[in-house]
Amino acid sequence: MAKEILVGKASDFKEGGKKIVPNGKTSEIGVYLVHGNWYAYANLCPHQGGPACEGLLMAKVEEVIAEDKTYQGMRFNHDEMHIVCPWHGWEFDIADGQAVADRKWSLRKFEVEVRGEDVYVLA
Amino acid sequence: MDLPTSDIHKQAVKSLDTTSLLTNAARQRDARNYDSFPIIDVDCHHYENESLSEIVKYIDDPVLKQMGMLYTGGGTGGQSPLNPGGVGYQDVSGRVTRYPLRKTETTPSDDQHRDVHLSLRWMNAMGVDYVCLFPTPMLSLGLHPQPEVESGLSKAYNRWLLENITSKEERIKTMIYVPFSDPEAAYETVKEFGDHPDVIGFMIVSVRYQAVHNNAYMKTYALMEELGKPLGFHSNYNWNDRLVGNANRFLVTHALGFTVYNALHLCNWVVNGMPERFPKLKTIWIESGLAWIPWVMQRLDNDYKMRWSEAPSLKGLPSDYMREMFYTSQPMEIPDNPDVLKMTFDMINADDQLLWASDYPHWDMDVPSVIYDLPFLDERQKRKMLGGNAIDLFNLDVSKRFPNYKPA
Repeated sequence: MAKEILVGKASDFKEGGKKIVPNGKTSEIGVYLVHGNWYAYANLCPHQGGPACEGLLMAKVEEVIAEDKTYQGMRFNHDEMHIVCPWHGWEFDIADGQAVADRKWSLRKFEVEVRGEDVYVLA
Repeated sequence: MDLPTSDIHKQAVKSLDTTSLLTNAARQRDARNYDSFPIIDVDCHHYENESLSEIVKYIDDPVLKQMGMLYTGGGTGGQSPLNPGGVGYQDVSGRVTRYPLRKTETTPSDDQHRDVHLSLRWMNAMGVDYVCLFPTPMLSLGLHPQPEVESGLSKAYNRWLLENITSKEERIKTMIYVPFSDPEAAYETVKEFGDHPDVIGFMIVSVRYQAVHNNAYMKTYALMEELGKPLGFHSNYNWNDRLVGNANRFLVTHALGFTVYNALHLCNWVVNGMPERFPKLKTIWIESGLAWIPWVMQRLDNDYKMRWSEAPSLKGLPSDYMREMFYTSQPMEIPDNPDVLKMTFDMINADDQLLWASDYPHWDMDVPSVIYDLPFLDERQKRKMLGGNAIDLFNLDVSKRFPNYKPA
C-alpha cells in the first residue's frame, strides 16, 4: 500500500504553483497545480539525475507556420505546460511527465489526493 | 527573485546555491562510492569575465592595460574591446537556471577567491578530486582581430590564474592559454609558464582561423614536447562563422560548431604528419563529445587510401594516429542503442585514451555517472576513464587525497 505524504493545504497553492516535499531521506516529490489539476512527479530527471522539479515551469513553444508553409515566428502554448530540468533543460509535459523531445523517457508520476483542504501524495 | 518565463508566469526562484542544486549529484557520489577512487575532471570552467577588472591589471602593454581598465571599470557602452564573442544563449533562454541566477550565489568574504569557493562546491558535490580549469568568454579570444589583444590579455589571465586561483587550491590545475594568433607570443607563453607546477598542459582554443601545421608553430610544439606536457585543443562555437552562420537555431550552431573546429584541426594535424614530427607530444581534443571521432576516422582513412601522396609522412592509417590521441568525454552523446557508444569506445581505444570531463558549470555538463553507469564497462575501465587515464597523462600527484593510489 502506498504511503501518504501530506503536502499541505490546497489553498496554499496558486495556479501554476508547486511544492517540493521529501519522500524519505534521499528523494523528493514535486507537487503542482496547473490548469486546476494536481500533478506529482519525482524530483529526479531520467537524463542525468537532475532535480527536475526545482526547475522552471514553461509553456510549450510552437512554431507559427502559415498556410503557404512559411515561418512566421514562435509562440507559447499555455495549454501545454512543461517542467524544465534546471541541469540541462530537458522538458517534461506536466500532463503525463513524458519528455517532450523523446516520450519514451519520463518523470516518475505519483497520484495526488485532495481530501477537504489537505493535499496528499501517494508515494 | 523573479525570472521571466513564458509571459503569464513569472516564477519566483531561490538564490542559487551550487551545493543545493547538485544534491542529486552528491547522492550519486555516495551511492557509487566515488570517494574510494580518484576522479579527475579534465575540462571545467570559471567565468573569468567576472574577474576581468583584476585580470587587466596584469597586462604588460600600458595602452592595452588602460583600455582594459576603462572597460572593466564601468565600460563605454555595449561594446567590448576585449571579448570578440558573438551572439548566443547557452542557457536555453534561462531554462538552465544556474546561468541567470549565477550572480545571486553568495560566497564567504575571506582570503579565498570566489571562483575557488564555487569550484570546490560543485567538485565536492560530484565527488571530483582534481580539475583542469579553463576560462569561458576567453574561449572566443582566438577570433579577436588584434593578435596583440589575444597575447596581451591571455598572458595577463595566465599570470592572474596561477597567482590567485591554482596556487591557492591544490585541487585546481590548468592547461595554460596559448595565444595562437601570434606564433612568437605562443612560444613565449610556453616558455614562461610551461614548467609551472600547476600547469599540466597547454591549451589552444580551436575557434580560430590559423592552421595548426603552419611552420611558425613548430618550435612551440617542439618546446611543448620537450617539457613533456600535453597539448589540448579546446573547442567552442562561433555563430559568426560563415558556415554555421547559416544555422538559425543555437542547437545547430552548438552541435556542429563544437565539433567542426576540432575536426578540422585534427585532420590537419594528422595529414601533415605532426604525430611523426613530434612523436612524444600528446594531444587532447576537448569538448567536442565523441560521435565525431568515428566519422573523421572513416572519412580520413577512406580518402588517405586513395590520396596517399598528399599525406606521405604517415606510416599508418589516420585512424591509427587518432587512436593514440586523447579525448575528453563531454558532452557525451547517449545513443538509444548502447552498442553505438560501445563501438565508439572501441574505435578510440577509450580504455586508455578517454578522459571524463564535466564542463561544469556550462549548460551541457556531464556528471561522472555518464561513465560510471555504462553497462558495458567494468569497474577498472570506469575508474581509468574517470581518473586513472588523466593521472597517467598529466603525471598528476594525487597522494594528498589518495595516499595509497596505484594505477589500475
